[in-house]
Amino acid sequence: ITSAMEVCKSTDISLREFGCEQNLLSRPDGSASFIQGDTSVLAGMYGPAEVKVSKEIYDRATLEVLIQPKVGLPSVRERSQEQCVRETCEASLLSFLHPRSSLTLILQVVHNDGSLLSCLLNAACMALMDAGLPMSCLFCGVTCAINSDGQIITDPTVAQEKESRAILTFAIDSTDHKVLMSSTQGSFSVYELQQCIAVCQKASEKIFLFYRDSVQRRYSKTL
Amino acid sequence: MKDTPLSNCERDFLLKAIEEKKRLDGRQTYDYRNIKITFGTDYGCCFVDLGKTRVMAQVSCELVAPKETRPNEGILFFNIELSPMASPAFEPGRQSELSVKLNRQLERCFRNSKCIDTESLCVVSGEKVWQIRVDVHTLNHDGNLMDAASIAAITALCHFRRPDVSIQGEEITVYTPEERDPIPLSIYHMPISVSFSFFQQGTYLLVDPCEREERVMDGLLMIAMNKHREICSIQSSGGIMLLKEQVLRCSKIASVKVSEITELISKALENDKKARKAGERCGFAESMPQERITALKMDETPVEMKNVTEKAEDIVKKYEAPPQSVPSPLVPAPGVGQVGQGQQNSWGLEEEDGEKID
Repeated sequence: ITSAMEVCKSTDISLREFGCEQNLLSRPDGSASFIQGDTSVLAGMYGPAEVKVSKEIYDRATLEVLIQPKVGLPSVRERSQEQCVRETCEASLLSFLHPRSSLTLILQVVHNDGSLLSCLLNAACMALMDAGLPMSCLFCGVTCAINSDGQIITDPTVAQEKESRAILTFAIDSTDHKVLMSSTQGSFSVYELQQCIAVCQKASEKIFLFYRDSVQRRYSKTL
Repeated sequence: MKDTPLSNCERDFLLKAIEEKKRLDGRQTYDYRNIKITFGTDYGCCFVDLGKTRVMAQVSCELVAPKETRPNEGILFFNIELSPMASPAFEPGRQSELSVKLNRQLERCFRNSKCIDTESLCVVSGEKVWQIRVDVHTLNHDGNLMDAASIAAITALCHFRRPDVSIQGEEITVYTPEERDPIPLSIYHMPISVSFSFFQQGTYLLVDPCEREERVMDGLLMIAMNKHREICSIQSSGGIMLLKEQVLRCSKIASVKVSEITELISKALENDKKARKAGERCGFAESMPQERITALKMDETPVEMKNVTEKAEDIVKKYEAPPQSVPSPLVPAPGVGQVGQGQQNSWGLEEEDGEKID
């Protein structure tokens, strides 16, 4: 290991303001919108429902994730984001409880101002919660960027992402705060990777607290 | 994913209620549902809520070469996406009949009525023109997607601002929004479509059918009109036979509705313009209703960084260092790549001692 770099200056790191609304669409079984600063994503969830025979799995539910960009048709970038979200969801959903059924998660990008993949993950988790699907743990997404000085910034905007040399997104689970999925672009050292993971784990605690508060608020009135 | 089929008792109930001039949600025959129009953060993004039907439109522009037959006109492109989020019956990718019908109606309503001045979109005749692309995403299908889509599309087109361009001799400069304010499109009139659904072979008529009513209807009449009482397009589907008086009556109703909706759109555009001028933050984030119990917002929060460096150092020390860098690839001949040379076979397969069988 080379000399320990003072990468984490404790001042600037913060998460942008976030907001969430659940159950805003009438047709999907579960829906949620998640907003991080100006980045917003709308998620809709159908399931468990009938599955086509070609896609059915004999002992688990088939999860399908669709990401719709705002302009144009879905391309390879959306496919790779779909794979990241699908793997995270499959790790936390108890799909063995619904064999030969289909679970369809549709994510619509409403505005992209940086940290898109983590916003997609957060919206997906809230939609799964709203649909009432059984999960072994909740998950959240956190993005951090390493800029040219070596500083770590969490939840970067599009302008900050352009200036950074590496962008790392991690999906973190709620029980052990372990990493479920990681998607990175750019170059960074092993030490920086571990620091980013530690930073994201700390940030995820705030997001899980937010999940808990919003669900508590929603069920505070018993009908 | 299949949609739940409509049961016979639901169908009978709806038809009987319509015969008694009653609607499921308590509206009158000629009433529209509540229309709510909100805008997104960037120009050209608009959300329309028609009751529970939700639709989002986004306008974008690009410089392209013009069509050969029309060298000095810009290009308008419309695309309605029936997102699987809107209804379990919509499948991704495949062009269903409804999707083709909606796309075609939207094109006829806007392009053929010449509501946008395409000649002003020309930059260099025969070489570069603006292509304006309108993407309409359906988010929730509770009936009458066509009307919601037409309102969203025309509002988004009125809201959109394209980058400013200046031509000096041979040089063309496209300015970014920071350098010069973007300019709006020149729109002559606003066509809006109004849908009428017919039941019992044309005896009963309802304006703005909801999803249940759409399933039991016999036919649909769509009239696109602007506030100057000019009809931009008429489409009748479903094979019902309508009398001349019925069509004229529908067009009179449509003109009333269109003027109401046009006023609503102008008011929404005005409010948004005022808010942007005052420097307020606009967008989906701001339009999220705060008072609802299902919505929550949290302000900017700092992240604690106390033990991060120690934690990272511990982990890196605990696990062994990554392997030495892999030998870089060589290209000994075109089409041949080589990585490493003369090293041990590391695939773990057992070397067969036998000779090859001839």
